[in-house]
Amino acid sequence: MEWSEWALSLAVFIPALGAVVTMLIPRAQEEAVKWVALITTLATLGVVVGILVDFDYDKSGQLQFQVNNDWINVINSRYHIGVDGISLPLLALSAFITVLCVIYSWNHWPEPHNPKAFIVLMLVLEVGMNGTFVAQDLILFFVFFEIVLLPMFFMIGVWGGPNREYASIKFFLFTLFGSAMMLLGFLALYFKGPNTFDIVALSDWAGQDLTHSTAVLIFGAMFLGFAIKVPMFPFHTWLPDAHTEAPTVGSVLLAAILLKLGTYGFVRIALPILPEAAEDWAPFIGALAVIGIIYGALGCLAQTDMKRLIAFSSVAHMGFVMLGIATMTSFGINAAIFGMVAHGLITGMLFFVAGSVQHNFHTREMSRLGGLLTQAPKMGWILGFCVMASLGLPGLAGFWGEFPAILSAFEPLSTLSEETFRTYMVIAAVGTVLAAGYLLWMLSKVAFGTPKAEFADAEIHDVNAFEWTAWLPILLLIVALGIFPNLLFGVTDDAVCVMTDKISEQVGADSTCDEGGDTVPVAEHE
Amino acid sequence: MLLNQFLLLSAFLFGTGIYGVLTRKHAVLVLMSIELMLAAVNINLVAFGAFQGGEVAVVGQVFALFVLTIAAAEVGVGLAIVLLIYRNLHSADLDDVDSMKG
Amino acid sequence: MFFLDNAWLVPLIPALSFVVILLFGKRMPFKGSEMGIAAVGSSFVLACGAAVQWIQRVGDAEEGGGGTEHALGAFGAVIGRIGEEATEGEHGPIVESVHNSFTWFQNGGIDLHVGIQIDGLSVMMMFVVTLISLLVHVYSVDYMKGDRRFTYFYAALSLFTASMLLLVVADNTLMLLVGWELVGVCSFMLIGHWWEEKPNSDAAIKAFLTTRTGDIGLLCGVIMTYFVVQQGTGTGSFNIEDLNASAAGYLNPVSGTLLFWCAAALLLAIIGKSGQFPLHTWLPDAMAGPTPVSALIHAATMVVAGVYLGARVYPVFYEGLNIGETNINLMAAVGGITVLIGAALAFVQDDIKKVLAYSTISQLGYMVMALGVGAWTAAIFHLFTHAFFKALLFLAAGSVSHSGAHHSFDMKKDMGGLRKYMPQTYITFIIGTAALAGIFPLAGFWSKDEILLGASEGDYTLFLVVGAVGALMTAAYMTRCIYLTFFGEYRGGDHAHATPHVDEAEHQPDEDDRLPDHAHHGGPHESNRWILAPLWVLAAFSVFAGLFNATWFDIDKFTEWTAPNANVFVELQHHEFDVMLALISTAIALFGAALAYAYYWRGLGPQRLSERNGLARTGRQFLVNKYYLDVLYTDVIVAFVKGPLARATYWVNQNVIDNVLNYAGKGAMVFGRFTYDVLDQKVVDGAVNGIGTITDSAGSEVRKIQTGRLQFYAFMLVLAVGVFALALWIAA
Repeated sequence: MEWSEWALSLAVFIPALGAVVTMLIPRAQEEAVKWVALITTLATLGVVVGILVDFDYDKSGQLQFQVNNDWINVINSRYHIGVDGISLPLLALSAFITVLCVIYSWNHWPEPHNPKAFIVLMLVLEVGMNGTFVAQDLILFFVFFEIVLLPMFFMIGVWGGPNREYASIKFFLFTLFGSAMMLLGFLALYFKGPNTFDIVALSDWAGQDLTHSTAVLIFGAMFLGFAIKVPMFPFHTWLPDAHTEAPTVGSVLLAAILLKLGTYGFVRIALPILPEAAEDWAPFIGALAVIGIIYGALGCLAQTDMKRLIAFSSVAHMGFVMLGIATMTSFGINAAIFGMVAHGLITGMLFFVAGSVQHNFHTREMSRLGGLLTQAPKMGWILGFCVMASLGLPGLAGFWGEFPAILSAFEPLSTLSEETFRTYMVIAAVGTVLAAGYLLWMLSKVAFGTPKAEFADAEIHDVNAFEWTAWLPILLLIVALGIFPNLLFGVTDDAVCVMTDKISEQVGADSTCDEGGDTVPVAEHE
Repeated sequence: MLLNQFLLLSAFLFGTGIYGVLTRKHAVLVLMSIELMLAAVNINLVAFGAFQGGEVAVVGQVFALFVLTIAAAEVGVGLAIVLLIYRNLHSADLDDVDSMKG
Repeated sequence: MFFLDNAWLVPLIPALSFVVILLFGKRMPFKGSEMGIAAVGSSFVLACGAAVQWIQRVGDAEEGGGGTEHALGAFGAVIGRIGEEATEGEHGPIVESVHNSFTWFQNGGIDLHVGIQIDGLSVMMMFVVTLISLLVHVYSVDYMKGDRRFTYFYAALSLFTASMLLLVVADNTLMLLVGWELVGVCSFMLIGHWWEEKPNSDAAIKAFLTTRTGDIGLLCGVIMTYFVVQQGTGTGSFNIEDLNASAAGYLNPVSGTLLFWCAAALLLAIIGKSGQFPLHTWLPDAMAGPTPVSALIHAATMVVAGVYLGARVYPVFYEGLNIGETNINLMAAVGGITVLIGAALAFVQDDIKKVLAYSTISQLGYMVMALGVGAWTAAIFHLFTHAFFKALLFLAAGSVSHSGAHHSFDMKKDMGGLRKYMPQTYITFIIGTAALAGIFPLAGFWSKDEILLGASEGDYTLFLVVGAVGALMTAAYMTRCIYLTFFGEYRGGDHAHATPHVDEAEHQPDEDDRLPDHAHHGGPHESNRWILAPLWVLAAFSVFAGLFNATWFDIDKFTEWTAPNANVFVELQHHEFDVMLALISTAIALFGAALAYAYYWRGLGPQRLSERNGLARTGRQFLVNKYYLDVLYTDVIVAFVKGPLARATYWVNQNVIDNVLNYAGKGAMVFGRFTYDVLDQKVVDGAVNGIGTITDSAGSEVRKIQTGRLQFYAFMLVLAVGVFALALWIAA
C-alpha cells in the first residue's frame, strides 16, 4: 500500500473512525471520550502534516496524492480526491483548527453537557470539511459539502443560546436551499457537458460547447449555492444568528472553516469550469463584495453583543475575499486564499476570546463589559492583538488577505471593466477604516476603562492552561504568516497561476502571471 | 366457455370487495372485503392461464397459489392488528382509528 | 561598508528588544528599561556607523568612481542595481544608494522583495530616530518611574522605534506601508497608555482612526505606485527607486493622470499622518499620552513619517502635481494653510504641551510646504533640525511638569516663575525656543531660511509670505509660553492635583526611597540627571545642527550628504544664500517674539523686563525704534490674532472640524443602526422569513384534507386510479 495513495483518504476518514469509536463508549466515561477525540484529531493532523511534508511544492500546480477509483458507475461519478496548492492550506487549516477546538473544549463543555454527542458531531464535521477540500468530483464534493450541514445544525440547535432553534433552522434551510441550487448547477453541467462529474475534466472542458446564456444560468445556480455559504450580501442573514447562538466551538469552526467552503467552491469549481460565465458575473460579484464590506462594517457599528459584532465583521472580511476572487487575477485569487486562511485564524481566535469572556462574565453585552485589561490582562491583550490582526495591521496575517485583494481590484482581468473595479478598490479601502473603527470601538468597550460595578468584585479567571494550548498556536501562526507571507503565497501561487492562466486563455484576456518578474530593468537616464 | 364470463365474475367480485373496503365500518368486514378482491384476482389469473394454454396455464396457477399464501399471511397480520386496535380502543370501528389525522 | 549593508540590523535590534522586554521585562532588575536603552543604544551606534560610512561613500564618489562596489546581502539574493557605473553628469557626483534584499513573497509569479535602501535621506533619518529615541528612553527612566505599566511602556517604545526605523530603511513602498501602520499602532498603544481613563483611550482611538483615514490614501497610493512602475519599467513592483525613476520620466512614459491620482492619494496619507490641515485635530489630543511619548511622536517618529514619505517618493509629487511649473499646488497649499492655522491655535492654549503640539503642526506645515514648493533639501533639513529642538521642548516641558508643577501641564494654574527653581530646564527650554523661532545661528534659522529661499526662488511668492507670517507667529507664541511658564509668580501652590484630565500624578504610586529628591514632596525643584542629560544633549544639537548646511558660510554638507541618486530622482534646485532674505526672516521672528513680549509686559511693569532675556530686550528696542507701533500691534494685531482670529480658528477647529469627525462617526452609527434595524432586520430578513411563513400557511391549509381516516384515503386512491384509467382510455 502506497502512503501517497492512502494519505488523503486517511485524512478524511480517520475522524469518521473516531466518531464510530466514540459512539461505542458509554456516555458516562467522559475522559475516554475526550481522549479518543484528541487522539483522533491529532492523528488526522499528523496525516495532514505528513502530506504537508511530502507535498512537492515545485509542482503545487498539479494535483498530488491523487486517488481515482470507481464509485458510482451509473452516473459516472468517481471517488477522485487530490490536493494542489489551493486546497492544501485549507485542508491543513481544517485539521489544525479542529485539534485546537477539542483542546479548548476540554473543560469548557457548553450546556447541556454531553461531551460524547458533541465530540461525535465535531468529528463528523471534520470528515465533511476535510472531504470537501480534497474532493475532485462534483458529487463527492456535494456529499461532503452536505455532511457538514448536519452536525452544525445539531451543534447550534442543541448546545446553542436562548434563540437556538430559530438560528439553527435558519442556518439549515438557508444553506440547504443554496445546496439545492448548486446541485442543479452540477447536474446541468453533467447533462449539458461531457457527461462527467470530474472537476479536472470539467475544468479542461471549461464550458466550451455551452451557449453563453446556459453557461451564465448554470453559473448563477452555483453562485447561489456558494454565495450563501460564504456568505455574501444579501445572503448573509443566517450568519449573525447562527454565530450568536452557536456554542463557542461551533462559532469557531463555522467562522474558520465552514465559510471557506463557499469561497473554495468559487475558486475550485465555479471559476475554472465556467470562466466565460464567471467573467459576466464578475462585476456583479465584485459589487456585492464591496457592498458586503461596507454593509458588514455598518452592521457592526450597530451591535451591542460582542459575538454578533464579530459575526458581522465576517461579512465584511469575506467581502475582501470575494473581491479578490471577482477580479479573476492571480493576484486577487492568491489574496483570496490568503484571506480565507487569515480570516479563519483571526476570526476563529476572536470567537474563542468572546467565548471565554462569556464564560467569565456570563454576558456578551458590550455595555456591561469593560476593563477586561485590568481583570484579565492576558485575555485583554490577546483580544487587542486579534483586533489589530483583524483590522488588517501589516505584519500580521490579516493584512495579506486585504491589501493584495484591494490591489488586484486596481487592475482586474484585462477583459473586465477597469473603472468599475477601481471604484470597488476605493470603497474597499474605505472599508478598512470602518473596520478599524468598529474593532477599536469594541476593544475600548470591552477591554479599556474600569470594570463595571456589577463585575467589580467578580472573580475573573485569566487565560488558563487549556486556553493557552489552544490559542498559542493560532497566535503564533498569525504572526508567522504576517511576517513571512510567502509561507502561504509560495504554496498557492503556482496552483493559482496554472488556473488563472487557463481562465485568461479561455476568455481571451492577458495572462496575469509574470514569470521571473524580479529582473526589473535598471533605472537610468541620459 | 368464454373468457368473458370469468372476467365478469371476477370484476363483480372485485367491485364488491372495493365497495366493502370503502363502506364497511368494522375492521373485520374490511378484511373480508379485501379477501374478496384477492379472490377476484385469483380467478383472473387462473382464467387467463387456462385460456392461454401450454406453459402459461401452469404459471397462472402458480401465481394463484402464491396469492393464496400471501392472503393467508395478510389475514393473519391483519387480524392481529385488528385485535390490537380493539384492545387499545375497545372498538373495531375504523372511524375511531384516526391517529394519522394531520 | 558593513554598517550600510547591514542597516537592517538597526530596526531589527529594537524589534527583538520589544519581544524580550515583553516576555522577560518584568523579571529584569530595572524592569526592562535597561534592555530598551541597550537596544536603542546599539541601534544608535549602528546608525552612526552607517552615517560615517555614508559620508565616506559620498567623499569617494566625489573623487570619482565611488559607490560602485557590490553590496552582498546577508540573505544571498541581491537586487542587481548597485553594480552599474556612477555617471559624473551635470548633477555632480552620483552616489548610488545601498541595497540589500531578499524575496519576501511571490504572488502571481511576481517576486516581491523585502529589503533596505540606504541613502543620505535614510541615513539621516536613522540617525535622528535612534538618537532621539535613545534620549527618550533615558529620560523615561526617571519620568515614568513607578508607573504601573513601566515595563510595557518600554516594550512599546522599542516597538515604536523599530517600526519607524523599518519605515525609514524600506526599499519598497509596501514595506514602508508596513512600517507606517505599525507606527500608527504603537502610537495608539502609547497615547492610550493610561487607558483606564476614558479621555485617554478616546484620544488613542481618535489618533488611530484619523491617521487611518489618511491611510485610505496610502493604501490606494501604494497600489498605484505599483502600476506607475509597471508603466515605467514594464513590470510591476513596489521598489522605490524604480518608482522614482518611472515618475521622473526617465523610463517609459507614465500616464499623467495616474501620477496625479497617485500623488493626491499619497498626499492624503501625509495629511493624516503628519497632522496637516484638515486632519490635524488628533495631534493635540494625542497629548494624553506620557510626555516622553509626545516627544518621540512629535520629533522623530509618527508625524515625520508623512514628511519622510513625501521626500522619499518625491518625484511622484513633483511630476504628479507639476511642482516645477506652477505657482500654487495642492501640496504647498496644504502645507501653507497648516503653517498658519497651527500657529494661530498655539496662542490660545493654556496647556504647555498643547502649545508645543500646535507648534509641531505648524512646523510640519513648513516641511510639507517646502516639499510643495520644490525645496526638497530644505524640507528634510528642517525635519532634521526640528527633531532636535522639538524633542528638547517637549522633554523640557515634561521636566517642568514632573518636578515643578505637580504633574500638571497647565501653564496658567500651576506654573510661573519656575526659572528660579529649575534653571537648567529653563535654559534648555530657551535654547529650544530660540531654535524653533529661527534665531541666528541656531538650527532652526538655517532650515527655515532654506525653506523661505526655496519658496522665493521657485516663484512661490504666496508661500514665501505664509512662511514669513508663520515665523512671526511662532516666535510670538513661544515667547508667551516661556513667559507663562518661567516668569511671574509661582502659581502652583501646594495643591497636588490641579486639572484631573492631564494629571499624571495619580498614575504614579508613592515613589520608593531610592531617590529622596523625587517629585511630589515639597515645592518645585530641578529635575535629576536622568532628565537633564537628554535635555543638554538635545540643546547642543539644537544649537549646532544647523551648521551642517550653513550656506552663508558656504557649508552645504547636509545637501551633499543627503543628495539623492540623480539617476532616479528629479532634478533638485539649490539656491545661493540670500542675505537679505535671511535678515528679513530673522527680523520677522524677532519681531514676533517682541510683540508677544510687549503684550505680556503691559501688565507687569517695565523694570523687570531686562531681567528676563536679551531676546526680548532687543525686540523691545526694535519696537521703540519703530515709533511706538507696539500699541498698534499689541491692541490690534496681536489682540486680533490672539483674540477673535485664534479663537475663531479654535472654534472652527473644535466645533466644525472636530464635529465633522464626531458627526461622521455618529452618522455612521445612525446609518448603521438604520441599515441594521430597517434594511437588515426588516427588508432582507423579512424576505427570508416571508418565504418561511408562506410555506407554513400553505401547509396548514393542505393539512385539512388529512382526515386520518383510512377509508377516506382508500377512496382517494380508488378515485385516482379511476381518473388515470379514464385518462388512459381517452388517450387511447
